[in-house]
Amino acid sequence: MTYFIDRRLNPKGKSLANRQRFLRRARTQIREAVQKSLKDSAVADIDKDRKIKISTKGTKEPRFRLDPRASGERDFVLPGNKEFMPGDEIKKPRSGEGGQGGKQAADSGDGEDDFEFTMTQEEVLGIFFEDLELPNLVRTTLKETPTKAWRRAGITTSGSPTQINLVRTMRNAFGRRLALRRPRAEDISAMEQEREELERKEPKSEDVHARIATLKEAIDGATAKRKWIGFIDPIDVRFNSFSEQAIPTSKAVMFCLMDVSGSMGEREKDLAKRFYMLLHLFLKRRYERVDVVFIRHTHDAQEVDEQEFFYSRQSGGTIVSTALDKMLEVQKERYATADWNIYAAQASDGYTQSGDARRCVEMLNEDIMPLCQYYAYIEILDEREMEVFASEDSGAELWRAYRTVTEGWSNFVTKRISKPADIFPVFHELFKKQDAAA
Amino acid sequence: MSKGPLLFDGSEWNFETLDSAYKAIEDIALNELKLDVYPNQVEIISSEQMLDAYSSLGMPLMYNHWSFGKLFAREDTMYRAGYSALAYEIVINSSPCISYLLEENTMTMQALVMAHAAFGHNHFFKNNYLFRQWTNAEGILDYLAFAKRYIAACEERHGHNDVEAVLDSAHALMDQGVFRYSRPPRASKERVAEKQRLRREYEDEAYNDLWRTLPAGLEPAVIESAPDGEGDYSGDMKLPEENLLYFLEKHSPSLKAWQREMLRIVRNLAQYFYPQRQTKVMNEGCATFVHYTIMNLLYDKGLISEGALLEFMHSHTSVVFQPGFDDRRYSGMNPYALGYGMMADIRRICETPTDEDREWFPAFAGSGDWMGVLKDIWANYRDESFIEQFLSPKLMRDFRLFALFDKADEGAIKISAIHNERGYREVRTALARQYDIGSAEPNIQVTGANLSSDRKLFLEHRMYRGIPLHDATKNQVLAHVERLWGHEVVLEETVGP
Repeated sequence: MTYFIDRRLNPKGKSLANRQRFLRRARTQIREAVQKSLKDSAVADIDKDRKIKISTKGTKEPRFRLDPRASGERDFVLPGNKEFMPGDEIKKPRSGEGGQGGKQAADSGDGEDDFEFTMTQEEVLGIFFEDLELPNLVRTTLKETPTKAWRRAGITTSGSPTQINLVRTMRNAFGRRLALRRPRAEDISAMEQEREELERKEPKSEDVHARIATLKEAIDGATAKRKWIGFIDPIDVRFNSFSEQAIPTSKAVMFCLMDVSGSMGEREKDLAKRFYMLLHLFLKRRYERVDVVFIRHTHDAQEVDEQEFFYSRQSGGTIVSTALDKMLEVQKERYATADWNIYAAQASDGYTQSGDARRCVEMLNEDIMPLCQYYAYIEILDEREMEVFASEDSGAELWRAYRTVTEGWSNFVTKRISKPADIFPVFHELFKKQDAAA
Repeated sequence: MSKGPLLFDGSEWNFETLDSAYKAIEDIALNELKLDVYPNQVEIISSEQMLDAYSSLGMPLMYNHWSFGKLFAREDTMYRAGYSALAYEIVINSSPCISYLLEENTMTMQALVMAHAAFGHNHFFKNNYLFRQWTNAEGILDYLAFAKRYIAACEERHGHNDVEAVLDSAHALMDQGVFRYSRPPRASKERVAEKQRLRREYEDEAYNDLWRTLPAGLEPAVIESAPDGEGDYSGDMKLPEENLLYFLEKHSPSLKAWQREMLRIVRNLAQYFYPQRQTKVMNEGCATFVHYTIMNLLYDKGLISEGALLEFMHSHTSVVFQPGFDDRRYSGMNPYALGYGMMADIRRICETPTDEDREWFPAFAGSGDWMGVLKDIWANYRDESFIEQFLSPKLMRDFRLFALFDKADEGAIKISAIHNERGYREVRTALARQYDIGSAEPNIQVTGANLSSDRKLFLEHRMYRGIPLHDATKNQVLAHVERLWGHEVVLEETVGP
């Protein structure tokens, strides 16, 4: 007796429990690898599956093995002899001499082999957020600029003739005609036919005359009634109604502004990158489409691609307002506020040319903030500076200038960070606002 | 021969064509080849399920452990990146014999795979003496279900980390967890053990922490009296003992009942897989020979088309391909190639022997009854003895086999024999040795334990031809032994045969 069983429909992910055990086991190595992998990847790629390479430390499965290279002797057999005769000798490659020796050394497994596998976006995000000390990801609605659109809003009794709703109108008319018993044209013509036949009859009896009289009366009455009760009456007429409604725009653009002058080192850029990633992730969860624009500046601002943004260096002074100019320019050209939600994140070490900070504040207050959903300014300091500027009020020129903007705009946030764990609180403001709105 | 209508046409399969192909194959296998098989159960699975099966040692159910997750992650990545293709089938030594068929196979491949797994492997599992003596095909699935439940319950009760630690250590000793020479415990003893296991489970369940707080002597008698025989951890240890897991399960002074039970589970699994490790060449050879024979008979009967036969031949030849040692694709002897080659060669010797064959195999050369000879071989040999007795000079020439001698402290490897008149026997013996687990794996035994004093455990590795254990892994595994034993463990390497 044979059975064919179709197992394909069985639930998937049978080895999920084993996978979780494995991830827990290799936690330290995986964390390191994920952080490194995030560092090397593009801002927009954070929520993709990714390949992770970890060392086998911690997930070794040792067994007793023989080591014929250490000492002792052995015979073995190989296939594919071409030229060897008994008594021939083959020189052994000395260890570390490369070639086959190297391969054998790798096989023998005391080296740290790397282990490569793919992690899903949930697993990656789990580890990413762990480091950022995020609370459980709260699903929230970001504040959004509404755009208007005409939406159907049911049926009304008044409107323009082009919007007449025929089905509704005819249905109302039919009901009214039934209710008021409007005589049907066929009934009247039937009565008229009968009368004509009776009139043609000769000689007419008393009964026939009476019948003709009643028919005449009935026909006159019915014809008059058809006149009073119209086929369509103004009260039957219905119109489709449209009303203007606000709909959320499902597109967002994120401007990343960064100072790339010499004072911004690898560490600073890495922190900024994590911040951008997080912001991008939030926007991605809310909007159907998220564009990212990278603007770097020294004393002069340029729009660049991501690679250049994070990895190339420029020398020069620092004029922050040039970046704001550039941002406005790009926004006017490509991202109309009617269609796009605009987010901006600026990272800097806080230094700018004297006098420039004031101009920045002016631009923010007058031109930029009215356009933006949210503007985050993060100042990246090292730990020592962090202690010096313990108070919110003290700080470099740009910081003090931006503090004044905060007062006027609730969606303008400034924050100082010196380590990854500081990044999340920046988003706190954003969350708080939504709670209030909700 | 009469030509029937084709069983299937084209590469798409459905359950009707599978069924008719199965019936035709079954007819040939049982009535013409006279194979003797367990009832078959054929299951169609997707590629993800195939990966799942890979990572649980090919079994349909398995307890949870991170190492299976690691295996899955690796296989999954390799498969997705296109580095490795999936197996066409997996077959389980159980009754009914379960064969997994991958849904992506073409109809021809499904027919091949059914002949290969459901009849080739199945016949081998049912008839080979190692499987008959050491594995219990009827009970394995139930036992795995028990193991999975038991370990899940332990995780719940004692925490993931503690369970994981015991499994890690037990897995490290899996190769040393089999009885090689002595028979496994007899059935009656098993029943006793089963009873005791149930009792221990009951004790575990009925254990009340409050008893601990009572003054000594007031504890319930059932816990006080150690069960004798099996559970007597300090009694006669019957040394030396080659099965390390068995020894630790019975005599370790520090393990709790549930930890002993887990060692038992791992040990039973190791024992279950032990025959498969000793018969790789024969098992695959048998299955490959059977599918080759059946597919050709199907074609002869006009049941499959020429296209299907060509597709089958293409797949078959790549399965039995043996690259030479200096080929980039070389990764050891291909068990399919060697096993199939030898069995096809035995058929040739039975049917059309040469003078050389008559001299080497007087018992069956020219006898004509190749199926009888092969069935006897499948039933009564393992890889080592099979190669030692049936590898023919012709096949050695075909494979161009040559033997090498390697001494660790010499700068060169010597060619000791090649495929010529003087070398046949030496090459054959050396190859057979290679498949002897006894000499290819370390021989480690428990030689003593100071149970009454410092509880030191003594292990001995009797070196075969002076080959020591690999140093780094030796210490890692010893750490695992110490964890299970709970006290110091000393491993001595002595000069053996």
